Amino acid sequence: MDANLKREIIVDNVENPFHRGIKDKENFIKANTHNESCIDNIDLYVKIQDNKIIDAYFEGEACAITTSATSIMLKKIIGLTKEEARSLMKEYYQMIEEETYNSDKLGELNVYSDIAKQPSRKKCATLPFQTLEKTLKISEIEIDD
Amino acid sequence: MNREDFPMLNEDYIYFDNGATTFKPNQVIQSVVDYYTKYTANSHRGDYDLSQKVDYLYESTRDVVKNFIKANNSKEIIFTSGTTMSLNMIVFGFMKYFLKPGDEVLITKAEHASNVLPWLELEKEIGIVVKYIPLDDNHKVTVENVKNSITKNTKVISLAYVTNVIGDVRPIKEIASLIHANNGLIVVDGAQSVPHIKTDVTYDDIDFLAFSGHKMLAPTGIGVLYAKEKYLELMKPISYGGGMNSRFESNKEVEYKELPLRLEAGTQNIAGVLGLQAAIKYIEEIGIDKIHEHEIELKNYLLTKLKEIDNIEIYNQESDSGIIVFNIKNIFSEDTSRYLNHYHICVRAGNHCTKMVKDEIGIKNTCRISFYLYNTKEEIDKLIEVLKDNKKIYEVIL
Repeated sequence: MDANLKREIIVDNVENPFHRGIKDKENFIKANTHNESCIDNIDLYVKIQDNKIIDAYFEGEACAITTSATSIMLKKIIGLTKEEARSLMKEYYQMIEEETYNSDKLGELNVYSDIAKQPSRKKCATLPFQTLEKTLKISEIEIDD
Repeated sequence: MNREDFPMLNEDYIYFDNGATTFKPNQVIQSVVDYYTKYTANSHRGDYDLSQKVDYLYESTRDVVKNFIKANNSKEIIFTSGTTMSLNMIVFGFMKYFLKPGDEVLITKAEHASNVLPWLELEKEIGIVVKYIPLDDNHKVTVENVKNSITKNTKVISLAYVTNVIGDVRPIKEIASLIHANNGLIVVDGAQSVPHIKTDVTYDDIDFLAFSGHKMLAPTGIGVLYAKEKYLELMKPISYGGGMNSRFESNKEVEYKELPLRLEAGTQNIAGVLGLQAAIKYIEEIGIDKIHEHEIELKNYLLTKLKEIDNIEIYNQESDSGIIVFNIKNIFSEDTSRYLNHYHICVRAGNHCTKMVKDEIGIKNTCRISFYLYNTKEEIDKLIEVLKDNKKIYEVIL
């Protein structure tokens, strides 16, 4: 993917984010992750039924990378089982860390394939997935109860 | 002004984050180097010449600070690691014993974390009540609002003299007089005021003042706690150990030193103290009023220029210090600061450790520009040129 197209996709997701803002929070699991700069502040809402992510939204203020990554992530994870979501997450982290990964699985998330060149932005790009993992963990604790 | 004294200005940066920390002039750097190369020794420990010389320089800094803030007595000057430590000493070394459950402490939602969190901890610990003085439409503290907030239980008002986001200068003298009439005390966070405007603790009748060296040309890790002597005498150390005791016996009899050493346990930041002395002398040579005038001139110049750009929102036009907070419309502050960074312009983005101010200005994150004596109109022109071109922000940062 060339740099212009990557930028276009990121900016589109910043200006028209997918599922930003939630009206009815009932039955959604909420998690928030502040990154170390304590600026990016995203609340993620995930609804899980029968081990599957059936809906997800986000709210909050964050930089262009975090906002777009959250938007793109939400498009990808709705409809996935938790295992599928975690497998996607694994591929994504491998891409971010410049390890071998399956780019076909990542779709639009490939726009962050060069993020390692700006180490300080890696945390912005991984923040949504860290938050997703939090919600998945919460869902498991709730089931155990 | 005086740009040739600052080696960091040779580094091709436009530095507008002086509220966070300042660059250091050669005179300050040299004072630190001299300590480490010409007269390294501990203070208050040895009888040899080197140690005596360090003692003299260390203690003479106390006099320099005393004169700079117009205190009555050098014993009222305690060296700390910075504003945060000074405020914690005030809260946990004095207020913890002075205040009773139900006593009220007034702060505002525009205070820095260091003037909020110690009070909230003390509230949990001993049951004081922390309340907020409402701010006016320009996010300022007014004497009227202070009057209306004081109750018979109000024992302390703790405020920044100048706030680190909005940059308003508070009417501390009037507020001090109000709280004193209520038999209470005033604590002043001077981190953003002492480097920029004249400080006179006697004229303002300030009971406690905290400030940092590194925001006023001195090294990091050195700060000052000022308090009226009668209160310092009652203050309990929050650190115990070497340098602050006069004797201790195996039968557990312990005696501590007199002020100010009783409150300076352990080997102090001697290089920092000497650097602070050099910094204050440097500021005094220029004149603090001249520095303030220069900052206000830059601020007004920037304001005029910023207003010429359509999509810039300014949040503190009415402030009377060299601080401006703004955003590019619909752009997250961190993205703006990254964009400016591309042109080697340093500004602060975020909530500036003042997380409650969002309730006041209705916006969580901003870009902050804070000036100091070495900033110039040419630097502002460069900033404006880059900001005018902000349509290409994503092209630059993504």
